[in-house]
Amino acid sequence: MSAINQRLSSWGLNSPAARRNITGYIFISPFILGVLIWFLVPAATAGWLTFQKWNLITAPRFVGLDNIENLFEDELFLQSLKVTTMYTLVAVPLGLVLSFFIALLLNTKIRGISIYRTIYYLPSIVPAVASAVLWAFILNSEFGLLNAGLRAVGLPKILWLQEPEWALPALILMSLWGLGATMVIYLAGLQGIPEVYYEAAEIDGAGAGNKLIHVTIPLLSPVIFFNLVMGIIASFQIFTAGYLITSGGPQNATLFYVLYLYRAGFLHLKMGYAAALAWVLFIIIMGLTVLIFKYVGSMIYYEDTR
Amino acid sequence: MALPFLWMVSSSLKHELHIFQFPPQIIPNPIRWLNYPEALANPNAMPFHIYVKNTVIIVIVREAAVLLSASFCAYGFARLRFVGRDIWFGIVLATMMVPYIVLMVPTYVLFARLQWIDTFLPLTVPWFFGGGAFNIFLLRQFFRTIPEELADAARIDGCNEYAIYARILMPLAKPGLIAVAIFTFIDGWNDFMGPLLYLNSPENYTVALGLALFRAAVGGFGSAGGRSRWDWLMAASTAMVIPVILVFFALQRYFVKGVVMTGLKG
Repeated sequence: MSAINQRLSSWGLNSPAARRNITGYIFISPFILGVLIWFLVPAATAGWLTFQKWNLITAPRFVGLDNIENLFEDELFLQSLKVTTMYTLVAVPLGLVLSFFIALLLNTKIRGISIYRTIYYLPSIVPAVASAVLWAFILNSEFGLLNAGLRAVGLPKILWLQEPEWALPALILMSLWGLGATMVIYLAGLQGIPEVYYEAAEIDGAGAGNKLIHVTIPLLSPVIFFNLVMGIIASFQIFTAGYLITSGGPQNATLFYVLYLYRAGFLHLKMGYAAALAWVLFIIIMGLTVLIFKYVGSMIYYEDTR
Repeated sequence: MALPFLWMVSSSLKHELHIFQFPPQIIPNPIRWLNYPEALANPNAMPFHIYVKNTVIIVIVREAAVLLSASFCAYGFARLRFVGRDIWFGIVLATMMVPYIVLMVPTYVLFARLQWIDTFLPLTVPWFFGGGAFNIFLLRQFFRTIPEELADAARIDGCNEYAIYARILMPLAKPGLIAVAIFTFIDGWNDFMGPLLYLNSPENYTVALGLALFRAAVGGFGSAGGRSRWDWLMAASTAMVIPVILVFFALQRYFVKGVVMTGLKG
């Protein structure tokens, strides 16, 4: 032991501060190694791949900026970008508003409320594959639940998954079924708002609408913001529904970006091109996140400024 | 919200012919339990017990990896003071926001180089390295709620940090560890993208991938040729959902606490 201590002190590593640092880094070393191996190595590989033409089998060949130039002539790339943007623009705001109002409804103290909360939460933990199979059935034009409902009220059936203009709305509808996690986070935020604020607002003569606009929404804005950022990041990565229910169709109406990326990489074995596609997605998601933090972030009301 | 669930369970118990009936029956008559064995051990596909076995192996290894690795890192971030700690914790938070899907191609290349494709290694080994930023974050928050005095008393008694982590913090952090264990189970059981990328042979498939294969085997794409056996598909889907629901109900109070902790700053 003393030999080790001598060696350590000759390096200046035996002071309490140095030993504290060493212990600290030993504890977080799994994470540091993880970042190096599973994040930095793939990221560097992605940088290298972008300039290669490689099918995983024959030797990679340097092609310069070809992969990036090809992007702009690729109609399917533009289509997948369009589909994913449209999906995000509708599904994320709709989901945020809907889950917010459901959370408001579920934030009451009536008997059996926890059963309702559970019912709303459960769909969000249903496996994506099971929910895709289920919704393929619900959306089935001949004997699905949705068209049975339309027929029951005398409306004509809709070819949800066969018509290009209906397929994306159908998948957006499906996404609303899995809002439970967002709703629970709102609910937790709502329960953290002290009752005295509402009492004070009532004394000032505020009605339900005013309390919502002047108390609930400002105090909940950090939670809304959190859900917005997470919602956008998740929405740009949507894959399973498009892969399993519609296979990107009809006529590429549900060709989500990640589905196209997956096909480029693992169906057509264009590793370099897939890497270029991935960089574009990364830039889009990071860019949007930065923009949201810059423009929406300043509107957030934080109660305790730390 | 509950309607799709009821529809799934009810269809899973219907006779094939009653699937096409209008108006649809809510309570199937007669109830046909046989759909379950027919779906889960179907001659058109691999029996599901093989998928279950594979998934259970992957999930158990992943649980061990996450619980050990994430708690170890979380202890460092929650309880120790050292140069660069806050920067590294910032990196933990930043990696939570990284859209990992953009790395799927190079990560695949890495696993291919390691010759790990079509093994369980890509789905388990990475979890030994920190166990996921989200889990580190959650456990760090949890460790910080445990009074420091307990650890101080142990330090005076001559305990080092490793002993404090293993003998004092870990037993007290049980509710947080259970929450992480539930999330890990649900993520592992539900994961589709990982197995889709890294597993090739059906005998290595997980339940999620097996269900997708089963769907391809017994129709359901609405495409011509071959009947779509929605009765079987709903039975298999219901069977896949049941373990998740059971875990949820058995451990509900830890679960909700975990979800709530992720949404709140602190």
